[in-house]
Amino acid sequence: MSTELIIWLLPLPPALAFFLIVLFTNKSKALSHTIAVGAAFLSWLGAMVVFFRAVGVEHLVEHPFASSINWLPTGETYLKIGVLIDPLSATVLFFVAWTVLMIFLYSVGYHNFGQPAGDHDHAGLPPHGATVHGHTVPSVEPMYSRFFAFIGLFAFGMFTLVVSDNVLTMFVGWEIMGLCSYLLIGFWYGKESARNAAIKAFMTTRVGDVFMLLGIAFLYSVTGSLSFHDIFREEVLHALASVPSGVFGLSAAGLIGLLLFIGTVGKSAQFPLHVWLPDAMEGPTPVSAMIHAATMVSAGVYAVIRMFPIISLDEKTMTIVAFIGAFTALFAATIAVAQNDIKRVLAYSTISQLGFMIAALGIHAYVAATFHLVTHAFFKALLFLGSGSVIHGMEHGVLHTGNHKVDPQDMFNMGGLKDKMPKTFWTFLIGGFALSGFPLVTAGFWSKDEILADAWAHGHTAVFFTLAIAAFLTAFYTMRQITLTFFGEPRTEEARHAHETPWTMTTPLIVLSVFAVGFGWVGMPHWITGGLVENWFHHFVGSMLHEHSEELAFNIVPLATSLIVALGGLAAGYFVYRNVDSPEQDKLQIPVLKNKWYVDELYNIIFIKPAVWFSEVFVSKWMDKGFIDGILHIFGPTTGGIGSAIRNYFDLPIINQLLGDGSAEVTWWFGKNLRPIQTGRIQQYLILSLILLFVVGGLLYFLLMA
Amino acid sequence: MEYFNTHLLSLILFTPAIAALIMLFLPSNNQLQRWFAFSASLIPFIMTLVLWNQFDPNTAGFQFEEKYAWYEAIHSSFHVGVDGISLSMVLLTTFLTPLAILASFSVSDRVKPYMMLFLFLETGMLGVFMALDLLIFFVFWEIGLVPMYFLINQWGSANRNYASLKFMIYTMGGSLGLLLAVQLLGVLFGTFDLVALYQQWNSLSADTILLGMPIHTVKTIAFWAFAIAFAVKVPLWPFHTWLPDAHTEAPTAGSMILAGVLLKLGAYGFIRLVLPLYPVEAKIFAGALAVLAVGAIVFGAFGSFGQTDFKRLVAYSSVNHMGFVVLGIAAAGLAAGTPDAHIAMSGAVLQMFNHGLSAAGMFFLVGVIYERTHTRNLDDFGGLFPLVPVYGGILIFTSMASLGLPGLNGFVSEFMIVRGSYQPLTIYTAISMLGLLFTGAYILKGVKKVLHGPMNEHWAHGEHKLTEINLREILVMAPLMALMLFTGVWPMWILDIINKAVTALF
Repeated sequence: MSTELIIWLLPLPPALAFFLIVLFTNKSKALSHTIAVGAAFLSWLGAMVVFFRAVGVEHLVEHPFASSINWLPTGETYLKIGVLIDPLSATVLFFVAWTVLMIFLYSVGYHNFGQPAGDHDHAGLPPHGATVHGHTVPSVEPMYSRFFAFIGLFAFGMFTLVVSDNVLTMFVGWEIMGLCSYLLIGFWYGKESARNAAIKAFMTTRVGDVFMLLGIAFLYSVTGSLSFHDIFREEVLHALASVPSGVFGLSAAGLIGLLLFIGTVGKSAQFPLHVWLPDAMEGPTPVSAMIHAATMVSAGVYAVIRMFPIISLDEKTMTIVAFIGAFTALFAATIAVAQNDIKRVLAYSTISQLGFMIAALGIHAYVAATFHLVTHAFFKALLFLGSGSVIHGMEHGVLHTGNHKVDPQDMFNMGGLKDKMPKTFWTFLIGGFALSGFPLVTAGFWSKDEILADAWAHGHTAVFFTLAIAAFLTAFYTMRQITLTFFGEPRTEEARHAHETPWTMTTPLIVLSVFAVGFGWVGMPHWITGGLVENWFHHFVGSMLHEHSEELAFNIVPLATSLIVALGGLAAGYFVYRNVDSPEQDKLQIPVLKNKWYVDELYNIIFIKPAVWFSEVFVSKWMDKGFIDGILHIFGPTTGGIGSAIRNYFDLPIINQLLGDGSAEVTWWFGKNLRPIQTGRIQQYLILSLILLFVVGGLLYFLLMA
Repeated sequence: MEYFNTHLLSLILFTPAIAALIMLFLPSNNQLQRWFAFSASLIPFIMTLVLWNQFDPNTAGFQFEEKYAWYEAIHSSFHVGVDGISLSMVLLTTFLTPLAILASFSVSDRVKPYMMLFLFLETGMLGVFMALDLLIFFVFWEIGLVPMYFLINQWGSANRNYASLKFMIYTMGGSLGLLLAVQLLGVLFGTFDLVALYQQWNSLSADTILLGMPIHTVKTIAFWAFAIAFAVKVPLWPFHTWLPDAHTEAPTAGSMILAGVLLKLGAYGFIRLVLPLYPVEAKIFAGALAVLAVGAIVFGAFGSFGQTDFKRLVAYSSVNHMGFVVLGIAAAGLAAGTPDAHIAMSGAVLQMFNHGLSAAGMFFLVGVIYERTHTRNLDDFGGLFPLVPVYGGILIFTSMASLGLPGLNGFVSEFMIVRGSYQPLTIYTAISMLGLLFTGAYILKGVKKVLHGPMNEHWAHGEHKLTEINLREILVMAPLMALMLFTGVWPMWILDIINKAVTALF
């Protein structure tokens, strides 16, 4: 098969799986997950073929795999859509395909396939366990098939986004993922918290999306095209940079870049639109991994990387990007330190790490940002899946003791799990060290170090120090998490009965941990390898840039900083939390951090409440029912009033009384008063006739003679 | 066959009315009446497919024209014809009517007059889309009101008298100016023929004095007379308050047609009459029109979000979506002759078609649940998803089409409108994004309030037990959903025809 054809077909199997499951196989759990995992496997296979063929092409940037068709007639021309694999999309495709396949496989175990149906389970709530021979065992998810349908659609959205050769289909994939994240976060829709989290996620990202849509419309209006090939041409970029947009003194490129970037702020949960992501933890854990690591949030960063040629044209926009990224990196890290829910720590950590990437882009560190995107996707997927495995193990304990008050996600209920769940522990440790940037062996070290080195080398000192502090906090809260969860003695009976998860869950952990370590090696800088191995990643992805950026020379400052913050943070995390047994002993449970700087509360007051008031009271009651209908209702009485006025003051008195009744009365009056002369006596008539004769005769005589 | 081909439009137009008359003589068996009406409404649909097939999109101007002497004394002739724009509206009408009739199979009160009114309604609507004579246009415009008035008034719910009266009076009141303006044109040129009027009305020299006023003033007044008549029908803010009332009280199928087709008559009026007859005024007043459109988009979305009645929520969503149609039309008027105008106008026409599908679907789904529960109050629902999973899936699908989710139909048209309006009407487009944002809010509110939440015990057992959507109801939804998906993935099938007509016209 030609590579282009494979790329076209690549996103389709998961979509097909979605339709097959929804329409036909939803009654059969085994068939449904076979179709879904099979579809993910097909897409993975296609992605691998495409990736390795792409790597083998000499000048992939100049000769990418591309093909397009007419899609939308627009006047005399057509809007084309198509597929494109260049170094950037090939790289992203690689990690997306791997993580997606692993997450699909993991979901089989996570949703307790093969277990009996629950005693009291019903659709919309997580399974509560089933009783078998007097023992409570985990029960299978009641909406098992539906889950696989949704993640299938999700995977379709992500693959579509990655292989797109234009902004429009990229946006299509982007939005389909938005829908799926809504459906999946609200998967257990019976829970009030899940219901609200789903809406919050959709609406918050939609704030970004409508700006992005405007940006796309602007871009399309100015350039007349949306395909990357056209809009990134030298002369188009030049025109975009030189045309003023009329807003904030930005160039057209600056404004387009800013609008598109706001879309990313929503999707990648950057400040101030970060609020949805921690709440999104309400979804099942594989979803958290999908949304927070492998796909959706990565898609936001991918979009900025993809649009980098335009965004980077205006320094003002770039400053905003760098500021938002660096601020978010630090801001989210401070919150992560005070969270006790194992998944929420990871959620804030994700926000923070995405901030690293965004900040890197803001300081033109294109390759470093991409590198961190890839390594982060691997180790964060690993960590989320690992945390899911921990929770699963803890739920086992909860079912065993029957005490449902114990929150299986609270790290203070855990402890000592390293012996109970060794595979989970070791893989989680690898993921955690990668996240912390443990020197030399982990992927996270190389990518984070590259960002810091870039910031230092190009004189972005503020960004450098902000990210360094954030990196220290990262290592600190990661080690806090590992210490509280795995080390020490079990703090609850439930933790004592926790238990390793099945192979479908641990296999993905092992595979991902290989990448969490190994993927760093493809981007090792020159100074460490001594030129024996070329910095493949830099070479491959860096070729995307028009002016090829030179690899940085060795500098001790960023390297030393990386080493100190990573090791220092890890050590601090371990020693501070080694002996902490309860939240009361935790010195960092500061209310402002615990309550996430009160951003949710603030938004509730300044956005949500006013919006509800505006809709329910102002628009519905005052404007529509009160004012507009009020005016309309004046017409009724007014017309009626005019009608009755005419009746009362004209029809009744003048027509009816005066003319109608009046003429009758006059006739009647005459009749009545003339009646006396109609006596019926012939003598009287004769006398009257005689008198009349004389009168008439007299009158005639006088008139005619005179 | 020859006769069939040359009289295709008249056949499509009058088949429903003739079928309605035949129904008069059928025995009063409800089942027979239903099936007869349904089969009869399929005939125009099939003929429309033939029409679609024979239509040549590459020919500019009207096709399948028919012209007969009608009212010779005032030079009005029965002149019908279609171009790409009206063809897609004819398709929408003949496609939705059978579905609406199928949706009405659960009506058992006075089935015969009910079905007859629907068939008359179809003729009325089709007449507006096909008319190429101003007077004929106006006649059909008013004819359409009558069946709808009786459908709401006789088969509606509690507050139906108020709603039907408001609907009738408001639309008729709005049309008064239209009638006068139509007369003015007819008297002035001695013809009501649209094709002739496009030409002659626009070739009047600028210093002509009419009725003692300069031509510009006359045209301005006439422009607004047309515009207000159509603005009431679309409806644009602030002329929209009849719509939530009419929708809420109308029977389910009545709402389907009201939202699906009747609202399009207003937008179609703008496209067929206002823009071609008043290109200069459309340019001058594009801003004003855009204000009303953006008002509809934004306040429609907020209004919808503020409702507690499921059907009112959906009704307000129509205000929101139709606002986009007029935004596109305003942009096309302002930027006439540019690619922006073509994209905006194609988007507007496609949005009319798409809204027809999704609004009809949404109203039907509201009806499905109302029929079973006899309540529309959102607070009475919640947690229905476990009880009616199939219904839930269909509702989410249709809601997403209404929300404009990429991959489904609504997105394509909204994207084109935003793209086309961006350059000519930047600020308005930017403000309309607020409406687009809240489209999400109200759609999700509907889904949340109806489906999500812990299983609803009240509707789960005993006499209140909610039953799943049945096969007939699925058959109503299936064609709509299929078309929503197909149009979202491959809009070319209809857009090609629309786009060519639009490019030729504007």
